[in-house]
Amino acid sequence: MVRRQAATAEPIRFIDERTGAAPFARRMLRYLFPDHWSFLLGEVALYAFVVLVGTGIYLTLFFEPSLADTVYTGVYGPLQGRTMSEAYRSALDISFEVDAGLLMRQTHHWAADVFVAAIVLHLLRIFFTGAFRKPRELTYLIGVVMLFAALLEGYLGYSMVDDLLSGMGLAIGNGVALSVPVIGGDLALLLWGGAYPGDPTFESRMYIAHVLLFPALLATLIGLHLALVASRHHTQFRRLRAQTDRRLVGVPTFPGQAPRSLGLMFAVAAVLFALGGLVQINPIWLWGPYELALSTNGAQPDWYLGWLIGGLRLMPGFDVTIGGYTLIPNPFWGGVLFPAIVMVVLLGFPWIERRLTGDRSIHNVLDRPRDAPARTGFGLAFLSWVFLIFVAGSADRATVFLGLDYAGQIAFYRVAVWVVPALVFFIARAACRALQRAEELEREQHAAETEGRLVGR
Amino acid sequence: MRALLAAVLLLLVVAPPAAADPPPIVRPANAGGLSPRELGAQLFAGNCARCHGSNGEGMAGMGPPLQDAGALAADFYLRTGYMPLGEPQEQPERSRVRFREPEVRALVDYVATLGDGPPVPDVDPEAGSVSQGLEQFTEHCAGCHQVVAEGGVVTSVRVPPLDRATPVQIAEAVRTGPYVMPKFSESDISDEELASIIAYVRYAKAPDDAGGWGIGHLGPFPEGMVTWLIAAVLLVAVCVVIGKRVSRP
Amino acid sequence: MRLRGWMIALLVLLGRRRRPRHDEPEERIVAAGPPSPRAELAVAALLVLAALAAALFVVLYAIEASTQALGGALAGALGLVAAALIVAGKHLVVEEELPAAYPEPHPEDQAAVGRIVGESGSRITRKRLLGAAAGTAGCALGAALVTPALSLGPVFDPSSLYRAPWRRGRRLVDTAGEPLLADGIATETFYTAFPEGASRDELGAPLVLVRVDPSELRLPPGREDWAPEGILAFSKICTHAGCAVSLYRTPKFEPVQPRPALVCPCHYSAFEPVTGGQVIFGPAGRPLPQLPLMIGAGRELVAAGRYSGAVGPSWSGVRKPPPERR
Repeated sequence: MVRRQAATAEPIRFIDERTGAAPFARRMLRYLFPDHWSFLLGEVALYAFVVLVGTGIYLTLFFEPSLADTVYTGVYGPLQGRTMSEAYRSALDISFEVDAGLLMRQTHHWAADVFVAAIVLHLLRIFFTGAFRKPRELTYLIGVVMLFAALLEGYLGYSMVDDLLSGMGLAIGNGVALSVPVIGGDLALLLWGGAYPGDPTFESRMYIAHVLLFPALLATLIGLHLALVASRHHTQFRRLRAQTDRRLVGVPTFPGQAPRSLGLMFAVAAVLFALGGLVQINPIWLWGPYELALSTNGAQPDWYLGWLIGGLRLMPGFDVTIGGYTLIPNPFWGGVLFPAIVMVVLLGFPWIERRLTGDRSIHNVLDRPRDAPARTGFGLAFLSWVFLIFVAGSADRATVFLGLDYAGQIAFYRVAVWVVPALVFFIARAACRALQRAEELEREQHAAETEGRLVGR
Repeated sequence: MRALLAAVLLLLVVAPPAAADPPPIVRPANAGGLSPRELGAQLFAGNCARCHGSNGEGMAGMGPPLQDAGALAADFYLRTGYMPLGEPQEQPERSRVRFREPEVRALVDYVATLGDGPPVPDVDPEAGSVSQGLEQFTEHCAGCHQVVAEGGVVTSVRVPPLDRATPVQIAEAVRTGPYVMPKFSESDISDEELASIIAYVRYAKAPDDAGGWGIGHLGPFPEGMVTWLIAAVLLVAVCVVIGKRVSRP
Repeated sequence: MRLRGWMIALLVLLGRRRRPRHDEPEERIVAAGPPSPRAELAVAALLVLAALAAALFVVLYAIEASTQALGGALAGALGLVAAALIVAGKHLVVEEELPAAYPEPHPEDQAAVGRIVGESGSRITRKRLLGAAAGTAGCALGAALVTPALSLGPVFDPSSLYRAPWRRGRRLVDTAGEPLLADGIATETFYTAFPEGASRDELGAPLVLVRVDPSELRLPPGREDWAPEGILAFSKICTHAGCAVSLYRTPKFEPVQPRPALVCPCHYSAFEPVTGGQVIFGPAGRPLPQLPLMIGAGRELVAAGRYSGAVGPSWSGVRKPPPERR
C-alpha cells in the first residue's frame, strides 16, 4: 500500500510545489454531485461543445472563406463546370476529396444540432425545478446568453458554406436586419458592408465570428458557468430527510462521478460520430451554389431557428407606416420582436418570479414541477406558444405529406398560438394543484393511520 | 385533454375536403367488339364528356376544352391517374390508373383527333447531362418542386414530388403545364435542355447520398426530427442509465 | 578508533526502535469496497475491443473507405470506451453518498470589502464631481473606441439601398446572356431576366417576366403602357425578406383553379401580375416592384424606365424616393 501511494506521490508533489493546486484539487475531487440523471443534461451540451471545437478545428484547416468565383472541376458529376464561390467549392472538396472530411463535416453539424437540443433540455430541467432561484440567478443568466449565442453561432456556421439553402437564409437574415425600426437600414448596411449581397468581406466576417469570436465567448461563458455551479454547489431533489437548503447529500466527483461523466463524454462523442457517419446532414452538393436569383421550395433554417420562420410566415401582410416613413417592416414581428420577447422573458424570469411570489430566500432544494403550479403552468404555456409557432413554420410539409390546405393551416395557427397556451396554463396549473392535493390527502391519511395505531395500542 | 380535442376539431376544419370518391369508370357493354376508335369515342363519352363536352369543346365551370390538348396532354393526364377527376375544383393527384392499357391508348388517340395538339413526345434521357439538368431544374422547377424534386407548396396547391414520374411524363408535364404548373415550349426549354432535366430528375430519385441515410433530401426539417427523435432520445437514455449511482433498497 | 566509531554506529542503528510501518490505521478518505473481478474483465475486454475498433478506423482511413464505415468504426471505438467507463463506474468504483454543507454567506468579508473600498476614498471630498467626470470620460472613450466600427459599412449613405441597374434603354437578357425577344415570351409560363452589361449580383438586377392577355391588365394608374402586348416585368426579389420569387401559379382553367400569382417559396407571399404585383396572400407588406417595358426595333425587350418602387425587403426609407431624385 505504501508503494501504491508513492507512485502518485511524486507527480502530485511536483505539481503542487509549482502550482499550489493540492488544496483546490483536494476539494474538487470530493465535490458532491446530486444523484439524478437530469443533472447530466448540461454535461451533454458541454461534451457536444467539445466535439464541435475538435471537428471545427479540423474543418478550418480545409475551408476557404472566400466568395471569389471559381469553376468546379472536382469529382461530383452534377456540378461539373458550374460557377460557384471558393467557399462552396472548398466545402464540396471537404465532402468528396478529403478523406474523412465528410465524416468531420457531418459530425460537426450534428453536434451543433444536438448542442442546442441539449441546452434546451437542460434549460427545461432548470426551469421546471426552480434551479434558477437565488443564489443561482447569475449562473442561469449566463446559460440563457449561451443559448442565444449558440443559435447565432450555428446560423453563421452553416451560412458560410454559400449553398442555395443557407444563401436564402442569409437573404432573409438581411431582410430581418432591415426590418428593425428606424435603424434597420443602417444596421444591415453595417453588417453586410453595403446593400445585399454586401461586400465580399461579409464572408470573412462570418468566418472570424464563427471560428474565433463566438467560440471564445462560449468557452469563457462555459468556464464562468461551471465555476459558478461549483461555487454555489449543485442543487438537489429532496430525496432524504438529510437533504435541506443548508445540507446536501451527494456522490463525490472522484471516484464516484468521474467515470460516469467521462463515460457520458465518450457516449456523446460516439452518438455524434455515429450520426456523422451514418445519417446524411446538409448535403450541400444536392442544393447547388447560391445565386440571388434562385430559390427552392421547402427551404428551412436549421431546427433551432425554425421558430423564427414560423413567426415570419404567420404574420399577415402589412408594414406599419407613418406617411412615407416605414416604421415597422413586416419581418420585424416574427424575426426580431418574437425572439426578443422570448429572450427577455427567459432572462428576466428569476426576477419576475421573485416579484410575483415575494420569495427572496436561498433555495438549494429543487421543486418538483407540481410543487410550483403557477411556474409550471406558465412554463408549459410559454413553451407551447413557441412550439406552436415553430410547428406553423412547417405547415408546407404538412401540405405535402398530409394534404392539409396551407392557407387553412395558417389561419388555424394564427388562432391556436394564442388559445392553446392559455388553455395549457390553466390545465397544467390545475393538474399540479390536483397532484399536490392528492399527496396531501395521502399524507394526512398515513398520519391518521399511524396515530390511530399508536392510540389504539 | 380539452386542448387536444379543440386542436383535433380545428384540424378537421383545415383538412382536405374528403376527396370525392373517384367517379366509376364507365365502359361500353360490348368493348371487345369495338374498333379502337369507337372504343375511344365511347370511353370519352362515358367518362370525359360530362366535364369536357361531348366533342371536347369544354364546359363552363366544369372542364377546359381539349381540342388543342393532343395526345401529349391526354397521355399525361391518363397515365398519371390525374384524370378522370371527381370534382372540377379538386386538385388532380397521381393515382392508380383505372383504365386498362388498350383503353388508355384508345382514349389518347381519340383526344388527339379532336384537334391539332402535340403528339406524345419522344424522350432520350441519355442525351441529356445531369449537370445541365441541375442548372435548368433549379432555374425553372425548384421553386415549386424543391431542388431535389421532393415536392412543395404553391399556396395553396400541393406540388407533387417527382419520384414516380417517368421520363415521358416529365416531358409531357413540362410541355403542357398540368393544373397550375407553367408550361414550357421548345423555345423556352429546348428538347436538349428537356432531356437534361429528365436526366436530372431521374438522378434525383436516387441522388448521391455520400453522407449515409438520405432522410428525404429535404434538409433541416428531417434533420431536426433526427436530432430530437433519435439523438436526444439516445442521449437521455444514456443519462438515465448512468444517472443512478447509489443503489437503493 | 575509527573501528570503535563504526561499532557504536552499528549498535545505535540496530538498537533503535523501529517505528512500525503502519501506525494506528489512518482513517480512509475514500470508503473501501468489495472487488469485482468479473467487472474488471468486462472493462478490460471492452477497452481491448475499443482499441481494435480504433485500429480498424485507421485501416479504413488508409483504404479510403466510405464515410459510413469510418463513422461506424470511430463511433464504435468511442462507444466501447464509454461502455467500459460506465461499467467501471457502476461496478469498480465504491458507492459513496456523503453529506456536506452548502456554502454559507460571508457577511464579515462582504463588510470588509465594502469598508476597504469606502475607507480608500478618505482623501476624496468631491465624490460626485469625480464620478461624473469619470463617467463622462468612460462613455466618451467607449464611444470613441467603438466609432471605427462604422467603417464596416456605408452607414450614412443609404443610397446603395435604392440602387438598381435598370435604366431606360437597357436591354433584357436571359440567364445565358441572350437578348429576350417579345415573341419569345409565351403566356402561361415565366422567365428570369437580367440587365445587359450590368452586374447580376445585386437585388435590383433579376426580373421575373410573365405574359398575359392585354385585356386582363388592371394596372395602377400611370402604368398603362408599362406592359406592351401584355408582357409584365417585376423585380424577382420578394419585398418581404429578400428571397427570389421563383414560383408562378398558372391556372389552365381559371373557373375552378386558383388565380395566377407569382409566389415566393420562403414565406409564401403571393403577388398578382395583372394588378401590378399586388400582394394577395402572405406576409409581404409591399407589392412587387414593376419595371416598365418597351419593345425595341428588333422586337427585343428593353426597360422603359426605373422600377415602380425600391426593390427588396422593407426598411425605414423604402417608400421614399431615392436621395438623388428628391
